[in-house]
Amino acid sequence: MEQQLLKRIDLIFNDENDWQEILDQTLAHDNTYIINALVSSELKGRGGAGFPTGLKWKLTSEAPGIEKYMICNADEGEPGTFKDREILSRVSFKVLVAMAVCARVIGAKEGIIYLRGEYKYLVPQLNKTIAEFGAYCGRTGLDFNVRIFLGSGAYICGEETALFESLEGHRGEPRNKPPFPTDYGFRGMPTVVNNVETLVHAYTIFKYGAARFKELGVASSRGTKLFSVSGDTPIAGIYELELGMSLSQFVEEFGDGDTKAVQVGGASGFLVPRKKFDETTIGFQGRLTGVSLPTGGSMMLFNSSRSMYNVLNNYLDFFREESCGQCTPCRVGCQILHKGIEEVKRGERNAKYLQTLLLLTETMQLTAKCGLGQSVANSFSSIVENFWEEMIY
Amino acid sequence: MENKVQLTINGQIVEVQPGKSILEAAEKLRIHIPTLCYHKDLCVKGNCRVCVVESKHNKRLVAACATPAEQGMAIVTNSLKVRNARRHIIQLLLAEHNADCTKCYKNGQCELQRIAADLKILNQDFSELNQWKKYTVDYYSPSIIKNDSKCIRCQRCVRTCAELQGVNALTVAHKGEKMKISTFLAKPMSEVVCTNCGQCVNHCPTGALVERNYIEEVWAALADPTKHVIVQTAPAVRVGLGEEFGLEPGTRVTGKMVTALRQLGFDTVLDTDFTADLTILEEGTELLGRLKSSVAGDNADVKLPVISSCSPGWIKYIEHLFPNRLSHLSSCKSPQQMFGALAKTYYAASRKIDPKSIVSVSIMPCTAKKYEAGRPEMCSSGYRDVDYVLTTRELAIMIKQAGLDFGVLSESAYDKLMGQSTGAAAIFGATGGVMEAALRTVYEVVTGREVPFEALNITPVRGMEGIREAAIEVKNPLPEWQFLDGVTLRCAVAHGLVNARKLMELPAERFNQYHFIEIMACPGGCLGGGGQPIPTSPEIRNRRMEAIYAEDMGMPLRKSHDNPEVQLLYANYLGSPNSKKAHELLHTHYTLRERF
Ligand SMILES: Cc1cc2nc3c(=O)[nH]c(=O)nc-3n(C[C@H](O)[C@H](O)[C@H](O)COP(=O)(O)O)c2cc1C
Ligand code: SF4
Ligand code: SF4
Ligand code: SF4
Ligand code: SF4
Ligand code: FES
Repeated sequence: MEQQLLKRIDLIFNDENDWQEILDQTLAHDNTYIINALVSSELKGRGGAGFPTGLKWKLTSEAPGIEKYMICNADEGEPGTFKDREILSRVSFKVLVAMAVCARVIGAKEGIIYLRGEYKYLVPQLNKTIAEFGAYCGRTGLDFNVRIFLGSGAYICGEETALFESLEGHRGEPRNKPPFPTDYGFRGMPTVVNNVETLVHAYTIFKYGAARFKELGVASSRGTKLFSVSGDTPIAGIYELELGMSLSQFVEEFGDGDTKAVQVGGASGFLVPRKKFDETTIGFQGRLTGVSLPTGGSMMLFNSSRSMYNVLNNYLDFFREESCGQCTPCRVGCQILHKGIEEVKRGERNAKYLQTLLLLTETMQLTAKCGLGQSVANSFSSIVENFWEEMIY
Repeated sequence: MENKVQLTINGQIVEVQPGKSILEAAEKLRIHIPTLCYHKDLCVKGNCRVCVVESKHNKRLVAACATPAEQGMAIVTNSLKVRNARRHIIQLLLAEHNADCTKCYKNGQCELQRIAADLKILNQDFSELNQWKKYTVDYYSPSIIKNDSKCIRCQRCVRTCAELQGVNALTVAHKGEKMKISTFLAKPMSEVVCTNCGQCVNHCPTGALVERNYIEEVWAALADPTKHVIVQTAPAVRVGLGEEFGLEPGTRVTGKMVTALRQLGFDTVLDTDFTADLTILEEGTELLGRLKSSVAGDNADVKLPVISSCSPGWIKYIEHLFPNRLSHLSSCKSPQQMFGALAKTYYAASRKIDPKSIVSVSIMPCTAKKYEAGRPEMCSSGYRDVDYVLTTRELAIMIKQAGLDFGVLSESAYDKLMGQSTGAAAIFGATGGVMEAALRTVYEVVTGREVPFEALNITPVRGMEGIREAAIEVKNPLPEWQFLDGVTLRCAVAHGLVNARKLMELPAERFNQYHFIEIMACPGGCLGGGGQPIPTSPEIRNRRMEAIYAEDMGMPLRKSHDNPEVQLLYANYLGSPNSKKAHELLHTHYTLRERF
């Protein structure tokens, strides 16, 4: 039977070199119009939390503050994702346009691109683009400047409040929320933080309108998404796909015929075993069954040759190092989990200990200070519960 | 009144000001929520997660200390979900911890141990982690022992050192499993900018930061029949010690303390208050001398303001960070060191005791005094002027070890020769006290009249404001001080090194306006010292402060220059203030240090 291919979309990288026009045309509208367009597009943040972008801009525009800031989150720390890098190397003007529009809407004069340290080589190119963009803004009378801040390589600095701390010259530790960045962000001022990809989608909406954007995807998960596909697949790479596909559709197309499980959303996402491919939808949590949009859009396929124990072991090793270490459930919990699965594997603890560890991940989810510690439970419980035997034998 | 927010906690309704946390709201209802990283003196960090509670409409638990109370919230502090999570968190802390409680200095006084006991954590669900075995204990500082294997990473010490003291000697290093509290380049505490103030010790919930104790050394000296063991007690100890025995903060226990010291076996019980009065005469004379040189124009090189020098934490701080201001420091030793120098000279001679056999012990509210006693220059008597410095806490430990029932001890008086003091000395224990005591004396020396304040209480320099100022105009001085006629003496007082920094960073033209500055390293002055009973809080320090001023009011003599034993000391031994002999024994010099 003929396989029905998932529709490839080409909105993000498609560059018609019309950024000046789009910028002018968008800024010709008033702020309310722009916010309304974003709200009605139902665009949700692509950085992980899936917060509605229009609402974020609206809240920040309404929050009192003598200064405000627009920050583009390009820390892209999730192992195996590199879509933000791709965007910045190929269509950085789109990102800058969306930043400038956001700045006008919220009342910011300063924009910052928080760039992952490993992407340092992008800086010269980006600075050139920023200079050209700045010159254009100058000519059109838009008071907005963008600078690049190079991160220092800690995964946690991609978390927005740790990012502020890092920008302010402190150690990258997440803050308490509330207060939220929309009220109290960089330097204590109202701040919008958006993922690189979110900003490009905003550009798409400026260009084609909210209605066109909404035609893509499904209810509660509108538009497209960039996926970094890796693992046991013959066609690894970056793909822009519509949200709302089922995982079985995805595996049919990207799998190698022997796919046993897919990790959706990287280390902090979920592992979905074959038996649940049908019922799992790739999109934001909504009325649809299944779960989860990837933090960085990472989709990692595993075939039957892979040990799920090793997969989990790697993730936990990553977390025990990348936890900022400030809060108890995450700092100690990650170490206990990592050590625990090794002890069970070696037979030093019996399999019942895995139950204890599952309870621990519940506590971590309930009590950790930020998204990192809260989401360790995702991969842990989805792997342990679905591959119990592999954990033991 | 502002709009209050109303919420329920465990079904009870409570109203609080907007911005107050759930924890504060619960406190109002007298509902206890366990905490570890939270401290009333510090900004909220919310990292231990012990204080989590359930909030309806929130699928996660929320940290009570870090979450603002909101209108309509429904909080539950003791649900099964909360209890399980709390248990887990304590188990996690213990799994990471060198939980050898019976061999821990904080055994019985540790907040972690306390919560574990309350929750009755009788088993450990999780495997022990052994990271702590890799840590070595830092014994290098003369004041503080830092034992990372007992640390729960609450960062109270880091926040204390930064927010209260502005020193930043302690920082968080590394991330993940390796995250720990460290110093610049992980150097020993003795080699960094640490001032030994002990505020981090006062704020540490566990045994990770404790004072270096000399309890056994002092017991050994007391047991040695060839030794004559003499003890001095600092002004702030008598308003703090009672807390260690369950008395209300602010209870004055001077007489009981003296009795206890005698029963512990000290041969002579004397008072640092005596040398506090002496300090006023030395420092006051120095101040007047400098005033004369600069105001009367005798010597343009002489620097004003004079800055007080009785707080050894402050001394080390300025040596590290503001070397350009060092020449402003009074050359006077602290009262402790004045006492030490006299103990093995004046006292020894008067009592005909071989100074070699004297062991000089001091009871201090302070850990920096331990360091100060060991400074190489502090040997004016020809011996170590002060042999052992014990904090208020260590004294309490000795009293408990001796089996004394402190609450029922009778009251007794200090021994003679160096045991008499005035109210001016008593107030040394509070921020602003040195200033007030100095003004009471200096003003009278210059004008022949008492300071123009009701009952000698110079209220503008009192209180807990971080920096306070006062100005007193000199009118109709005695002929000798005619050049001061109409001069307004400008004074500033700062406590907590973070406030000291603000004064030191003033531009020269503002800084030089002052004539006299008093600085105490610790919040509230010595009464909030790093060696005082734990816990500390603004409220507790206020109570101690009230007790200090009550002590002053209760004294028959309230001005240092009226102290008969001090007068005797000058008459029989030193000659006059700032005499050559006084300089030899009672004054000192300072050292330049690195900035980290
Ligand atoms: C541990 C952790 C790491 C994160 N890393 C990133 C990142 O690398 N890039 C990113 O855009 N968002 C990251 N986020 C999410 C941000 O906190 C924030 O939600 C996001 O940047 C908001 O942008 P959006 O609304 O456009 O998604 C991370 C969150 C957590 C908890
Ligand atoms: S959950 Fe982990 S990363 Fe987040 S604040 Fe706590 S320790 Fe840091
Ligand atoms: S710090 Fe506390 S819990 Fe740890 S060993 Fe000491 S007393 Fe026990
Ligand atoms: S003793 Fe004082 S200066 Fe030293 S680390 Fe502790 S708080 Fe900082
Ligand atoms: S040393 Fe004490 S105060 Fe500092 S983090 Fe450790 S336990 Fe907390
Ligand atoms: S006391 Fe609230 S998180 Fe530590």
